[in-house]
Amino acid sequence: MTSPKDIPAPAMKLTVERSGRAKDWLLLIVCLLSTCVGGAALFTLLAYVVVDAAGWLDWQFLSSTTSRFPEKAGIFPAMVGSIYMAGLMIPPAMVMGIGAAVYLTEYAKPSRLTRFIDINIANLAGVPSVVWGLLGLGLFIQLFDMTYGTLLVGALTMALLILPVITITSREAIRAVPDSLRQAAYGIGATKWQTISRIVLPRALPGILTGTVLSLARALGETAPLIMIGVPTAVFATPDSPGDKFTSMTMQLFSWSDYPQPEFQRGVLAAGVVTLLVVLLSLNALAIYLRHRFQGKHQ
Amino acid sequence: MDTTDNADLPLDLTRGVHLGRERFARSAVFVCAAVTVLTTGGIIAVLLIHAAEFFADWSVWDFLTGTQWSPAIEPVQYGVLPLVCGTLVITLGSAIIALPLGVAAAVYLSEYARPKVRAVVKPMLEILAGVPTVVYGYFALVYITPWLKNVFPSISTFNTLSASIVVGIMIIPFVASISEDAIRAVPKSLRMAGYGLGATRFSVVVRVVIPAAFSGIIASFILALSRAIGETMAVTIAAGQSPRIANLLNLEDTFLRPIETMTAAMVNIGMSDVTGDSLAYRSLFAIGLVLFCMTFMMNILGSWVTSRFREKYE
Amino acid sequence: MVKRSWITVWLAVAALMASCGGTEETPGTKKLSGEIKIAGSSTVYPISMAIAEEFSKLHPDVKVSVSSTGTGGGFKNFFIPGKTDINDASRPIKASEAEAARANKIEPIELAVGIDALSVVANKDADWADTMTFAQLKRIWGPGNPPKKWNEVETAWPDADLELYGPASTSGTFDYFTEVVIGKSGSHRSDYHKTEHDNVIVQGIEGNKNALGYFGFAYYTNNKDRIKAVAIDGGSGPVKPSLADAQSGAYPLSRPLFIYVSSTALAKPHVKAFVEFYVRNSATKLVSQVGYVPITDAQMKENLAKIGVK
Repeated sequence: MTSPKDIPAPAMKLTVERSGRAKDWLLLIVCLLSTCVGGAALFTLLAYVVVDAAGWLDWQFLSSTTSRFPEKAGIFPAMVGSIYMAGLMIPPAMVMGIGAAVYLTEYAKPSRLTRFIDINIANLAGVPSVVWGLLGLGLFIQLFDMTYGTLLVGALTMALLILPVITITSREAIRAVPDSLRQAAYGIGATKWQTISRIVLPRALPGILTGTVLSLARALGETAPLIMIGVPTAVFATPDSPGDKFTSMTMQLFSWSDYPQPEFQRGVLAAGVVTLLVVLLSLNALAIYLRHRFQGKHQ
Repeated sequence: MDTTDNADLPLDLTRGVHLGRERFARSAVFVCAAVTVLTTGGIIAVLLIHAAEFFADWSVWDFLTGTQWSPAIEPVQYGVLPLVCGTLVITLGSAIIALPLGVAAAVYLSEYARPKVRAVVKPMLEILAGVPTVVYGYFALVYITPWLKNVFPSISTFNTLSASIVVGIMIIPFVASISEDAIRAVPKSLRMAGYGLGATRFSVVVRVVIPAAFSGIIASFILALSRAIGETMAVTIAAGQSPRIANLLNLEDTFLRPIETMTAAMVNIGMSDVTGDSLAYRSLFAIGLVLFCMTFMMNILGSWVTSRFREKYE
Repeated sequence: MVKRSWITVWLAVAALMASCGGTEETPGTKKLSGEIKIAGSSTVYPISMAIAEEFSKLHPDVKVSVSSTGTGGGFKNFFIPGKTDINDASRPIKASEAEAARANKIEPIELAVGIDALSVVANKDADWADTMTFAQLKRIWGPGNPPKKWNEVETAWPDADLELYGPASTSGTFDYFTEVVIGKSGSHRSDYHKTEHDNVIVQGIEGNKNALGYFGFAYYTNNKDRIKAVAIDGGSGPVKPSLADAQSGAYPLSRPLFIYVSSTALAKPHVKAFVEFYVRNSATKLVSQVGYVPITDAQMKENLAKIGVK
């Protein structure tokens, strides 16, 4: 790190006058462009997809089941399947995640065990999605002898997948709650659990929710774990119960990309991609809205 | 702020009225934390058990040092190095894109952007990470590769460059977010000291702020690369299935041709027609084990870097 | 799901027959319900999926699901442990797999459901590649000293680099090709563009005059305007891949496709009705619609007998 002593003052002044301005501008432009490049690239790609989806994305597409004929193919069971899976996976993931976060912030004394759990969770957050699929296959389908490709197994596997991220974001949210609030609660005689459940968690809720919504969006975009647990690529009915087979939008897209007819490649697939992205962007927007709304409240 | 010193407070502050509930709450949250440990145990167990079945028939040494991955073409060989090479090439390609762009974006967000601009731009960056990977794979195959064909006419339909581009775009938010946090954590006093000496913005950013935030920036790199290593669907769809050791000195060979990563190999074997009880099928778990170890080590490295090089600002 | 009245069911059947050109309806169908689980080969998947699609329209209370897991994985992870009722297979079941199933009290019943006319395809402008013999194919694709240029195989062919596309080595198509064309399983050159994404093979060949590839008939027939099929000479003259020639056996690269039904599952009425529907329809143009060759009437009768239907 440059120490202030190293810059000879008179020379600096001259440098500033001549090349400083140029370099400053250069830095600004480089940084601004870099920020925009990723977004611009994605935007271009999205534009292409939307154009390709024109004519294919209609009510018939949204309300039909898949078909071997591109004109008849639709995404309805897949959409319902994805939503049901998301709905089933959120409660266990949130309960476990918030529970683990509460333990790590409120109850655990700093020790080797705590540090070990910390490292462990950070590592789990980085496990590739295909490995989660193997866990689902080995644990739920083979060891627990559950039925493959059902909402239950899918939801449980995905719940485990998002558990580390929910734990980490919840932990940050709980840590951000000022300690003065806790002390105040203890001061008036509240028990630990009362403090946590009535003071800390409600304050941390916005942050927890944001993390949950983002994890939800991630889970809806996953394909590899579902492939490994045998989620079907063709179902013709929407699932009625957790024991029913389901398919997800991502699985449907993945399977459509392999169909021989060129119309599937460009038209149907593009319509499916747009549908999926609309659902996900809505969720992202929800997260951002929640973050803003609750941040403003507690400022 | 760490609130673990609250753990010392006695549970029965209200003289046993809610003691049972308190004890239950404590055990319940402990169980939740234990589940995370059990999950890791589960993953390791599943991978180890099946990988052990694989290694019963193919030596660990040959697997780790073999340079040919050929599960079904004679002579049958299970050397994981080509797959590791594939993963590293894609990761390298995506790093070239994401690391500079991510840090520059972080600098923009923390040093230049007004709060209103930041409130819009930061979520837009995060959306890059929210697009499903299967969609990125589709984008790479259907839009990016044909476009690249105009620039590099000799490019193959499946190639490393397309996949690297989309994975790079996907991990920019990881670098940008975490680096931005690190840069914002640099105290204003350091910057002001620089300006006070007459340094330009450029100098302050490049010579004061970034070095100070260095550990956080490196940690963001490691996290982003770890994500790139584990990326599955985009590379499965876009990079092809040609396991080979790329000649890094020959850029065309490395980036314009197909390559197979560890994750793609796993998905392809999992969905293929190989006999379920065969060595080829079980190799899937052996690759998974190597992959898990790689990401594990990257994460440990990231933690170590963060804690070791964290600048003490007082 | 909405329960339909009898009249609606029969009207639907009539409408179906009009639109799809006569799907074979199983006579005397009652109201069926239950679950049917199918997994297995991605090659047979389009057939199972098409049958499931039509069956679901007739029997909305029967929930059919089709997973594309690959033949081997399908057997090991799902069929043998009794989790699926039907396994799609692009190759006959192996003895070890059948034994493992029997050990679980499951008798795998083999039913042929179609034939894949494996097509060797080339660029439309490659006028020297209209016909090839097995010997030429073996030379191009075989492992020993694989040729880099066309004229290394036949001097009359151009002096240009061979650009080869084909399925990944873990696929059933690859297995079949190595066994039938080259003569030994797993014996194949390794320097070619490997992919499971047959659409990409079409793209690659379309874009290069010197490209050659092979894949299932469905991808050829859906892209006839972009690539051409090579006529294969198996010893009795060159034959182009077509449904008629594959069915008669004149086309030498005809790969049989199967489903294996679990005996325990067959005992359930809705599964039996489905399998009967499957067998009857695999002799119709429903199969050709998805790009495969339907089975003959004789095979259909044989299959019906196997599942205990007169």
